[in-house]
Amino acid sequence: MNIPKELKYTKEHEWVALDGKMAKVGITDYAQSQLGDIVYVELPTVGAEVTSMEPFGSIEAVKAVSDLFAPISGVVKEVNAALADNPELVNQSPYGEGWMIVVEAANPEELDGLMSAEAYEQLVESEAK
Amino acid sequence: MVEFAGWWMPVQFRGILEEHRRVRSTVGIFDVSHMGEFEVRGPNALRAVNRWVTNDVEKLEVGGVLYTALCYEHGGIVDDLLVYRLEDGYLLVVNAANEHKDLEWLRGQAPPGVDLVNATERTTLIAVQGPKTEAVLGPVARGPVLDLGFYRWCRAEVAGVPALVSRTGYTGEDGFEVYVDWDRGPEVWDALMEAGRGVDIEPIGLGARDTLRLEVRYCLYGNDIDQTTSPLEAGLGWAVSLEKEEFMGKEALVRQKAEGLERRLVGFEVEGRGIPRPGYEIQVNGRKVGSVTSGTFGPSVGKGIGMGYVERGVSSPGRQVAVVGRGRGGMAAEIVRGPFYKQGSRK
Repeated sequence: MNIPKELKYTKEHEWVALDGKMAKVGITDYAQSQLGDIVYVELPTVGAEVTSMEPFGSIEAVKAVSDLFAPISGVVKEVNAALADNPELVNQSPYGEGWMIVVEAANPEELDGLMSAEAYEQLVESEAK
Repeated sequence: MVEFAGWWMPVQFRGILEEHRRVRSTVGIFDVSHMGEFEVRGPNALRAVNRWVTNDVEKLEVGGVLYTALCYEHGGIVDDLLVYRLEDGYLLVVNAANEHKDLEWLRGQAPPGVDLVNATERTTLIAVQGPKTEAVLGPVARGPVLDLGFYRWCRAEVAGVPALVSRTGYTGEDGFEVYVDWDRGPEVWDALMEAGRGVDIEPIGLGARDTLRLEVRYCLYGNDIDQTTSPLEAGLGWAVSLEKEEFMGKEALVRQKAEGLERRLVGFEVEGRGIPRPGYEIQVNGRKVGSVTSGTFGPSVGKGIGMGYVERGVSSPGRQVAVVGRGRGGMAAEIVRGPFYKQGSRK
């Protein structure tokens, strides 16, 4: 299970790549493997506001639908348009080409609440039991 | 791997989409040994089977197979199943989840002179499905397998192992189902995998099994049919012989037919990007008219598809409906007639 050390994580299996106040968000390798083949990804538009721990979109896999939860509050600055026609990028490259949105953090303190790679790894191990 | 009706089974091997497309383009192989098999013999076997099931078994010849339902007295469905006429009796092939329920039910309804044996745990069942299925069975089967017509069976040796082979399946493609003794299963599987290498055979899991069957509108017990649904409501009237002298549930079905159905199982296609799921509501003009029993993304049709019961007045093909999930916006859908995928290689 791939869990890059430089990223932060949430208990809803999203990852966050921080660059100052900009947070790039996607779902983890564990999440995409649990979902299986993804066929639609529903994302917000640029300019939309997202709220920490609330859904910002959803993922339709063949066998299940899953909400996407915002790791932090803020404004959506970028959306990965490639996922509209190529949702399989999330399965193939969850940390790379499968990224979903970039959020400008409204409350930088929220960033401290994100999980480290080690903590996320423990979460995955306990869920996999 | 997941637990399914008491068996440990794979949801997928390489991925549902890939496995689904593999079956539609060349061939896939399924271990469906979880299915239940009952052997019925004895002087009253025909009489018993014909009283149990809705379809007319009297006309079934040795070498033939038919699809039918088992009903309760009130007309609801106990199970859907295949009936094979053997040389000396009948083979009933039932859903894994209903194995014990069906056995108890049938034992309770069996007259004397009927010998009912549960052969499930000594039977391996392997399905080979796809347009290239003959390329897989041909090299390893000795017997008239390739001459089989749809819903016919024969005895053969597959990889030297005595087998019953039928031209049946759950995918809408051409295919065979191979029944062998439990302990010979692995060698038959290996031989079929080897024979299929030239046509890119792949093992297929439960996930693709579901998308394949739903694309051709086959019912799944527990979703589309159950004890609260009658075969008439489910569109399975073609498997019901109301002229038959008697069978369990006949009175209820005759009455239901005379009074008219209150609801019907329909198929629908989603417009746009949405996938219907079991339990979602089906609405017309904001009013609930039914709910989804099966729903998924159909890889070969490229859209969300599903089935559900709706009030008779809104069940015609062409009807526009909204399919609404809990906490989700509605998706526009249209009721359609027949299978969603129509280019299957099924004979």
